[in-house]
Amino acid sequence: MIRLERVNKTYQVGESPLRALRDVSLTIASGEYLSVMGPSGSGKSTLLNMIGLLDRPDSGRYWFDDIATEQLAEERRARLRGANIGFIFQSFHLVNRLTAFENIELPLMLAEQPLKRRREAVAEVLEMVGLTSRARHKPNQLSGGQLQRVAIARAIVMRPRLLLADEPTGNLDSRSGGEVIEVLEKLNREGITLIMVTHDQTIGDRATRHIRMVDGQIDHDHSHNDSNSPQVKNETA
Amino acid sequence: MKLLDQFVFTGQIFQRHRVRTCLLLLAVGIGVASVILLTSLGEGARRYVDREFSALGNRVLIVLPGRKETTGSGPPIYGAVPRDLTLEDANALGRIPGVLAMAPIIAGMTTVARDSRSREVITLGSTDAFFAVRKLDVGAGRILSPRSRTEAMAVCVLGVKLKRELFGNSRALGEWVRIGDRRMRVVGVLEERGESLGLDLRDMLVIPVRTAEQLFDSPGLFRIVLDIAASADSDKIQRQMLSVIRQRHDGEEDVTVISQDSMLAAFDNILSALTMAIAAISSISLLVAGILIMNISLISVSQRRREIGLLKAIGASRRQIRQLFVGESLLLISLGSIAGILFAFGLIFLFANLWPQFPLMPPLWAVPAAVGIAFLTGLTFSMLPARRAASLDPVLALRGLQ
Repeated sequence: MIRLERVNKTYQVGESPLRALRDVSLTIASGEYLSVMGPSGSGKSTLLNMIGLLDRPDSGRYWFDDIATEQLAEERRARLRGANIGFIFQSFHLVNRLTAFENIELPLMLAEQPLKRRREAVAEVLEMVGLTSRARHKPNQLSGGQLQRVAIARAIVMRPRLLLADEPTGNLDSRSGGEVIEVLEKLNREGITLIMVTHDQTIGDRATRHIRMVDGQIDHDHSHNDSNSPQVKNETA
Repeated sequence: MKLLDQFVFTGQIFQRHRVRTCLLLLAVGIGVASVILLTSLGEGARRYVDREFSALGNRVLIVLPGRKETTGSGPPIYGAVPRDLTLEDANALGRIPGVLAMAPIIAGMTTVARDSRSREVITLGSTDAFFAVRKLDVGAGRILSPRSRTEAMAVCVLGVKLKRELFGNSRALGEWVRIGDRRMRVVGVLEERGESLGLDLRDMLVIPVRTAEQLFDSPGLFRIVLDIAASADSDKIQRQMLSVIRQRHDGEEDVTVISQDSMLAAFDNILSALTMAIAAISSISLLVAGILIMNISLISVSQRRREIGLLKAIGASRRQIRQLFVGESLLLISLGSIAGILFAFGLIFLFANLWPQFPLMPPLWAVPAAVGIAFLTGLTFSMLPARRAASLDPVLALRGLQ
């Protein structure tokens, strides 16, 4: 589903350039559950944004569903992103003036879906994250865990096949964090591909495939439930 | 995004920023209202002049001594001073078929005195026809009699203001006043009417034309005003007049004939051009409103960076982001325009009730022009913020950076 080949990305941070990704190559199959860990500034978020088509590589290639994405026009990337990829952020990124329902409805509105379909789809995902009774609440009337569940509902309302979560539990206490992880894992069991950046070792360990990044490179990549396969060292290491 | 959705989305933004939205609406509203109101003044002036002319009756010709044309071939070789237009000329013109009434006018300044009070006033020497042609009537007494056409009678008709100044509230009819070195009897006082073609008739004196001739010791007429029949061909009569004058002035066509239509057309042109100029000036306020919208939008873009980043992450394209911001400005402009139009017409309505004499009314093109300019500036000035929003890097925008 996802194939990255020798992807590089450099940011200009102040005076000195920061190489966020160095020759990263990575293949992810449909339905996988990945955790990406590593110290701050190791390029985890950049990798996630790259996979999510929010960022463009400086060099290297990226196929999403066998579509070479580096050359696509911005409009086409936006459509691909809207239809296939859901984002979940550490700071939720809900629009404060809109209710939970309206926040979840946003992607459907941008995709110009008819009103009736939108209502049904939003009601369905609200039930999935257990917040049907909170539909008319605004973000400032909801708890952190509830906010993240609204954000998850928004991320999956377009029925994407790929879910990208950047520290989804970073701003939550352990109990609501656990609830959020459970929702995400349930979605993964139903077939969605889940990639999660996290600092929390116990949450990271729950994934079936672990990637560890150091200095913009993939340091470790091993699958958890397939104990026969040897621990793969990144080829550039 | 569908139009209705965008409408609702933008409405929620307006609701969230009520004060900001109201101020912008005010700016646009004032701009639109100022265009409508100021052009109404110009158009009102045009209508006012129109009405003044039609109060005269629409079939009036005016003959002036001297040839007044801006076209010609260089300066005349003989320094020809135009011949005087005389009473005899006037009578000859009055005999042309189709002319209903002919009023010769001699004008000059005289001193009018009664007892110790005296005033320097414009004095018109004319006949009974003057009152008919100018649609004038007296408030008290009578107008000049038909005998005034031929006889130098010592009578006069006073304007209202002049009467008050000389006589106060006491009766003027039948009293004597001193005009220049003559004594004349007051036979009538004009009715209160105000101005007519720029002459304040309230502050004036009318005496028989022959009396004026003697008083000013000059046979030269100031002008001749003629009323022609509604059925008559105005152009043909003008040609006949010129040929009569040529015969009487040794082949010289040294008069100018002005028809009321041509004068009206000239006024119309001037005032229409003036109205356009006013419109152009007042649309500057719309330009200011446009710039204001641009500034506020730029601030709004930087405040809503995270939201823009989010919209991009959930599938909004550049075009959609641009559309959101341009749409926001256009909705502001629409609402502001409606408010401005309502305000302007409310004020015009109020004005019409307070001062019905002046026909304040916007020209037909004023409202579409005002709204058109508002939309054009709104569209132009929202482009920059919209493009800035659309080009935000989603990764940085989500972090609230850039």
